[in-house]
Amino acid sequence: MRNIKDTGLIQEEPLIFELGRQGRRGYSLPRWDVKEAEPTDLIPSTLLREEWEGFPELSEVDVVRHFTRLSQWNYGVDSGFYPLGSCTMKYSPKVNEEVARWSGFAGVHPYQPEDLSQGILRLMYELEGFLAEITGMDHVSLQPAAGAHGELAGMMMIRAYLQARGERRKKVLVPDTAHGTNCSTSSIASYQMVEIKSNEKGVVGPEAVASEMDEEVAAIMVTNPNTLGLFEEHLKEIAEIVHRKGGFVYCDGANLNALMGIVKLGDLGVDVVHLNLHKTFSTPHGGGGPGAGPVAVKKGLAPYLPIPVVEKVGETYRLNEDRPQSIGKMKAFYGNFGVLLKAYAYILSMGSEGLRRVSEMAVLNANYLMKRLKGHYFLPYDRPCMHECVFTDRFQERFDVSTLDIAKRLIDYGFHPPTIYFPLVVKGAMMMEPTETESKQGLDRFIETMIEIAREAEENPELLRQAPQKVKVRRLDEVLAARKPKLKWTGEK
Amino acid sequence: MNFPEDLLYTESHEWVRDEGSQVVIGLTDYAQRQLKDIVYVELPEIGSEFKKGESMGVVESVKTVADVFSPVTGKVIETNGALKEHPEWINTDPYGKGWITRMEVRDKEELKGLLSSRDYQGSLSEE
Repeated sequence: MRNIKDTGLIQEEPLIFELGRQGRRGYSLPRWDVKEAEPTDLIPSTLLREEWEGFPELSEVDVVRHFTRLSQWNYGVDSGFYPLGSCTMKYSPKVNEEVARWSGFAGVHPYQPEDLSQGILRLMYELEGFLAEITGMDHVSLQPAAGAHGELAGMMMIRAYLQARGERRKKVLVPDTAHGTNCSTSSIASYQMVEIKSNEKGVVGPEAVASEMDEEVAAIMVTNPNTLGLFEEHLKEIAEIVHRKGGFVYCDGANLNALMGIVKLGDLGVDVVHLNLHKTFSTPHGGGGPGAGPVAVKKGLAPYLPIPVVEKVGETYRLNEDRPQSIGKMKAFYGNFGVLLKAYAYILSMGSEGLRRVSEMAVLNANYLMKRLKGHYFLPYDRPCMHECVFTDRFQERFDVSTLDIAKRLIDYGFHPPTIYFPLVVKGAMMMEPTETESKQGLDRFIETMIEIAREAEENPELLRQAPQKVKVRRLDEVLAARKPKLKWTGEK
Repeated sequence: MNFPEDLLYTESHEWVRDEGSQVVIGLTDYAQRQLKDIVYVELPEIGSEFKKGESMGVVESVKTVADVFSPVTGKVIETNGALKEHPEWINTDPYGKGWITRMEVRDKEELKGLLSSRDYQGSLSEE
């Protein structure tokens, strides 16, 4: 094709708008047996769709090739090591996908009557039970469609509980190592955020919480393990401090992958926790969803759970919407069922011992990575980590090489870079989460590459500054993209 | 890096120009270098009041997002609206075209708690 420049097998691909040719079609219709008429003769002009300049006209094979080529540019956890920290990106076993495609599940309709949906309702009821067991909580709502959505549901329940008691609390405590969503959730739930500084060991100290905790504080939002990959070891004590003044403990369960079968958050005094099924429970992650962020609560908050709630009455299951204290619906129907189904399949196929092993291996892999890279890269918090570890570019700074350069160089070696410049409390952070499924050989390959890059930084830093080289597009102009974003095709050259 | 002698500084990397009952506020040369290319600036509303140390705005770079903390207690009387179109001015001219807000100071005594150019540079070497 004229406008495709071959660069080996990685081809330049024009926009689909640039591929079209007038009159090209992907279908053929049989000869008309009615008289041809102009739409303008039959339909009032106000209802007629405007002709649209530049709409691409393509054949079937054009379309298939275009999207196939684009899909080949993808790099995902199914193509290789993907150590992106802070957002567990783990391999999703294909059996979950297989199950989700069974016609009994795939063909289900949200308006199907309850007595024809007993299997579906039972599955949801049981999944709630599994998640309650794993977290040590009393009740679960599967409705929220994503982690932040689960957070909001949780904070709305806390607010509803306090309001029902006539309490007007104004503040929410959020540690500086929390996920960014925690701040926005508290603010959307109409609370003022108060930042808690973590201590020199990278965790929240009870004294820092005690000094900010008062009767104005509705809750603390803690991520455990936190975004430094460290276990919040004082959580139980912190929970006591917060409870004593009538506040709630919200736990962001995004990092549950480190804890399954080992720690029950409920036992640590957590009142509300959301889980990201698309992280810990191996449902596909990324690409904008769909996700699922169930929220689990202790008994006292149960009346406020979103409606409907799945209930078991005798041997039948039903959806109950008659719950006057509920915060209402968080989502049409009942959450992203297909995602729930995959998580259910994952939990059943792993079993309780399997899930514990997942967490053990995730933590072991991260510690192995941390131990072997220590010395080559600066480790700001030098202590055993959980499922992820955070390095910085401090050793490489003297060669005028930054975290960004290291990340770009990794691409030349065929690895997806780790999360960079996050968490914000660490300057030049590189946050790595290998997850449980990576073999020792896979980890070693990555580690040796990182060590090689550290050597290059010292001996030939230009290699890093010029990276990546073995890609279709090199360093993109991120500044221009952010300052003057072009979000859609306009036809302008 | 350049830290004009006639300005006052905060440990959170804002500069303050004392203009009597008013002050002009921006980010230091050090801050803009650390943040790298700034792509977006969120300015406070005119008339809004801040206590010393409260977050009054946000700057976003390709690399990160940072709060701008109010170096004094007072009321915002003017903001540099041109930064919406030209966030890069904070990088290219941090003490001039890159100014962020002008505030009316509640208590001039508060300025005594800010750092001199020399003390600020001293605090940077500890980072």
